[in-house]
Amino acid sequence: MEQILHFFNDNKEAIFIIVLSVFLGIEVISNVPSVLHTPLMSGANAISGVIIIGGIILLGHADLSTINLKLILGILAVFFATLNVAGGFVVTDRMLDMFKKKKKQTNN
Amino acid sequence: MENTGTIILDLSYLLAAIMFVIGLKLMSHPESSKRGNFWAAAGMLLAMITTLILHKDETGQNIPLSNAILIIAVISVATVVGAIIARKIKMTAMPQLVSLYNATGGLASALVAFMEFSNPENSSTLVTVLGLVIGSIAFSGSMVAYGKLDSMVGDWFTPVLTYINLLILTSLVAASIYISVAVNPFMDINILFYILFAVALVYGVMFVMPIGGADMPVVISLLNSLTGIAAAMAGFIYHNQAMILGGIFVGAAGTILTILMCRAMNRSLINVIIGAFGGGGTAKSDKEVGTIKEISLSDASVLLNYTQKVVIVPGYGLAAAQAQHICSELDKLLTDRGVEVKYAIHPVAGRMPGHMNVLLAEADVPYEKLVEMDDINPDLPNTDVVIVIGANDVVNPAALDDPSSPIFGMPIIKVHEARNIIVMKRGMGKGYAAIENYLFYNDKTRMLFGNAKDTLQKLVSEIKNL
Repeated sequence: MEQILHFFNDNKEAIFIIVLSVFLGIEVISNVPSVLHTPLMSGANAISGVIIIGGIILLGHADLSTINLKLILGILAVFFATLNVAGGFVVTDRMLDMFKKKKKQTNN
Repeated sequence: MENTGTIILDLSYLLAAIMFVIGLKLMSHPESSKRGNFWAAAGMLLAMITTLILHKDETGQNIPLSNAILIIAVISVATVVGAIIARKIKMTAMPQLVSLYNATGGLASALVAFMEFSNPENSSTLVTVLGLVIGSIAFSGSMVAYGKLDSMVGDWFTPVLTYINLLILTSLVAASIYISVAVNPFMDINILFYILFAVALVYGVMFVMPIGGADMPVVISLLNSLTGIAAAMAGFIYHNQAMILGGIFVGAAGTILTILMCRAMNRSLINVIIGAFGGGGTAKSDKEVGTIKEISLSDASVLLNYTQKVVIVPGYGLAAAQAQHICSELDKLLTDRGVEVKYAIHPVAGRMPGHMNVLLAEADVPYEKLVEMDDINPDLPNTDVVIVIGANDVVNPAALDDPSSPIFGMPIIKVHEARNIIVMKRGMGKGYAAIENYLFYNDKTRMLFGNAKDTLQKLVSEIKNL
């Protein structure tokens, strides 16, 4: 019990962020037309690549003079996270292009 | 007083977090969705650049130039690879790609957590373990989902699996708690940690394995929110607000999206995860089963040519056969001959919600011709001909009148109310839910067997000759 209280106290700011983010996420996504579920999922997927920051921090402070675990894992983490971010946003953009094209035709 | 660089970094994280939220908000409306994606991407870029320039480790060291160059090099290569694949991939393969990219995000989270476990400055073992476990599950689960969507991996379900999975999950939770409490993170990476990593990877596979192909969108959405949560856990390790907020925000949004998708199919999330379809549903056997009647291409073309109102119901078969373009050609041909053509879009038609809209838009079908299920249903009794192309469960009347059917209660397109029905199908195989479709035995129904693309091609040339 004391450990839990201790944990809360150490991380209370983060816990506040978490609780509010949950409500924010729910609020933003509710009432979305089903047509947009796929692009939205893809967009959210790209944002979940925010782990790229963790990868940058990891690789940023790795020792480059020798080959070590931190260096290798750092490179892999940055590489895969970037795939998630870059690929995710480009795919989403391509999906949304389809909607834009439709709109133009509707206006004609 | 912290130094200016760190304060600016924190400010940029705040800005990035705001851009994520605004981005996703804009993305949820058709008119602003493209701008939303841009905002979210810009927020990510901002956070990446400021981290690279301003981040300081525990000893107050900035990222050295040599490391920064290495990071930029890796990012550049990955960006080019990721963007090229995303640009080149076929529209029909898009769901797989989303799944694949989700897997890479989960893997990155797991790797970061794995490394930070041995960092003596890392104060919280619990979040590190959680980051590793959740990230690994998201990774291996998404890879299996990718394989299934790409038809490389089949469905595999035995009732025992549910219990095995429960057992693995329980031991995962127990081991995570044990490691968090008992293991000293100052030690080198503990053997238990490796085991945990491995078990989490196995669990991801076992968790997705029994879930049927048509439920994949729901699962991907779920795994997507797991990746977000894993990233947030890594954010905890670094006390990084952008990662925590971005990760949890996406985690929550993904969970809600998952629930919305389930609702569109009138199923609960638990139902999807346990894989209740599994062919277990035996439809009523006392029901009068009629005979299947085929229609010849020439009869079909005459029927379509001399009619007023046609509704096309596209399904996964259309996407699988890449028949969207020829379908659009048929539509244009009929429209030129004065036939009113519309498309009835079921919310979960295709492999992902909205998948059909995207595919048909790619084939230049005008937006106003795509009508959502609830809007087209009242119109169907006045429709002369309905063409069902590669759709099955979403037009099965059993969902309306057979309480014993596994899909009972799922909203469907009421095709059976139309005057004539033409069903294009590869063969007499059952749909994803593996249940009999009485629509095919309906007196008004005529079947056109064959690959959707070939059949449509022949139909188009037949009509042209009239």
